[in-house]
Amino acid sequence: MREAVSSLGRGAMRAIAELGELAILVVRIIKVLPQLPRTVRLTVVQMMEMGVGSLPLVIVTSFFTGGVAAVQAAYQFQNWIPDRFVGSVVGRSVLIELGPVLTGLVVGGRVGASIAAELGTMKVTEQIDALEAMAIDSTRYLVLPRFVAGAIMIPVVTIFADGLAIFGGYLAAVGSLGMSGETYVSGLRLFFETSDVWSGMIKSLVFGMVIALMGCYYGLQTSGGAEGVGKSATHAVVSSCLLILISDYILAEFLFSWIFA
Amino acid sequence: MSKEVVLSVQGLEKSFGDQHVLRGVDIDIRRGESIVIIGPSGCGKSVLLRHMIGLHQPDKGAVYVDGVDVSHMRRRDLYEVRKKFGFLFQASALFDSMTVGENVSIGLKEHFHLSPEELRRTAEVQLDLVNLRSAIDKKPSELSGGMRKRAALARAIAMDPEIILYDEPTTGLDPITADVINDLIRSLQKRFHATSITVTHDMTSAYKIADRIAMLHEGRIVFDGAVEDVKGTENPYVQQFICGKAEGPIQTV
Ligand SMILES: Nc1ncnc2c1ncn2[C@@H]1O[C@H](COP(=O)(O)OP(=O)(O)O)[C@@H](O)[C@H]1O
Ligand SMILES: [Mg+2]
Repeated sequence: MREAVSSLGRGAMRAIAELGELAILVVRIIKVLPQLPRTVRLTVVQMMEMGVGSLPLVIVTSFFTGGVAAVQAAYQFQNWIPDRFVGSVVGRSVLIELGPVLTGLVVGGRVGASIAAELGTMKVTEQIDALEAMAIDSTRYLVLPRFVAGAIMIPVVTIFADGLAIFGGYLAAVGSLGMSGETYVSGLRLFFETSDVWSGMIKSLVFGMVIALMGCYYGLQTSGGAEGVGKSATHAVVSSCLLILISDYILAEFLFSWIFA
Repeated sequence: MSKEVVLSVQGLEKSFGDQHVLRGVDIDIRRGESIVIIGPSGCGKSVLLRHMIGLHQPDKGAVYVDGVDVSHMRRRDLYEVRKKFGFLFQASALFDSMTVGENVSIGLKEHFHLSPEELRRTAEVQLDLVNLRSAIDKKPSELSGGMRKRAALARAIAMDPEIILYDEPTTGLDPITADVINDLIRSLQKRFHATSITVTHDMTSAYKIADRIAMLHEGRIVFDGAVEDVKGTENPYVQQFICGKAEGPIQTV
């Protein structure tokens, strides 16, 4: 019993210490933010890698997500609700929820793991110390470009994914549900609100920052060779997925009861 | 040896968890000298070097560079101090996403406004010093261990450092390549009057590079003297170490 309590205590201490270190990283990022102009080129490189590299994954995921959303909606409507609401449901759920969250989870897994593995490898091979030894701020040089690229590219990729998912829903509606294209599009228009787009974008902005932050944090914490790098990548992905789902809930509450209420 | 002290380590202590690595290191290093710190693997040589440029924070004690305490410094000031140093890492620590030339010129690129041509020219000059110009466009992964060391050496000296720290510059190299590195370190010191601080357990290298040799054991400096004194010393730690014996006061595990 005492052991259980003390191990619980150690776990809590460890969690608090981690939160503290995370907070320090965030403060460091904010401090180097004014130096962003010096880091534009590195940031663009990261943006290309995140955006272009994620395309195949995003195309497949969002296409099928939209299709599944359409088929599911039609199934649940049975014959009680008119067909054209399929378009409304797909449109709104993709813009508010499915687009941002699925893109965050899928692209986040990929981007977060690759950031953590890259920085982790640099850490265990002393490349980060080498930067610091040359008076190059590793937060400015390595973390800032990835953080900014994540905050920009995840929303950009999400917009792209939203479009594809809605198109996927269209194809499913026309192809397998036997609806006419006009019906789907008219449903889409019926309840369309720009605030849906905005809330989705705000979410994906937060997700992008979370993904990059977790990748950088666990990458920089890496110790213990190749095994440590693998662990860091896993931690980065798991924690960013959890944080995306948790922050999605908090944001949903916040956005719809305060901002767009 | 009446030159001024450029770097002074005073009562330095450092633990990792319950492992007490440095237990009160005291050592003064004078301008222009070449000191070699010897000691068995795992005795804390790298940890000591890393404290000298503020990569570790001491638990107790301090490191003074030109009289300024670097262990309790604001980051921005610390970066200014670090510009006086060159650091050759034990495993080279070349940036594997960059070419050798980019590795060598990254310090100049980040700290001065130089054109790409100027950067390339300075990289060529530095790489000439270590006889590696032909590898300027290669990636570190394409180089042999000895070439990586030389590339890292070129990077360490690219900013004309006043003090160069070498972490086991010859470990893991064949004897001939090791000798090439020793010669380079010696000639750099002569040519640029840099202060050099080398940690190693390679005695051949130590004799060749050093003006002065100190020994780190169990977290303290247990010997400090000129190269000639080392060979004739009665100090049992040094005797055991330079003769490479298993029996003696140094416990091996
Ligand atoms: N960042 C660190 N975290 C925990 N332990 C460390 C760290 N750096 C070094 N150590 C430990 O300190 C001891 C001395 O390491 P080091 O200075 O690398 O030895 P060496 O004399 O071979 O260079 C080793 O036992 C090592 O495990
Ligand atoms: Mg070492």
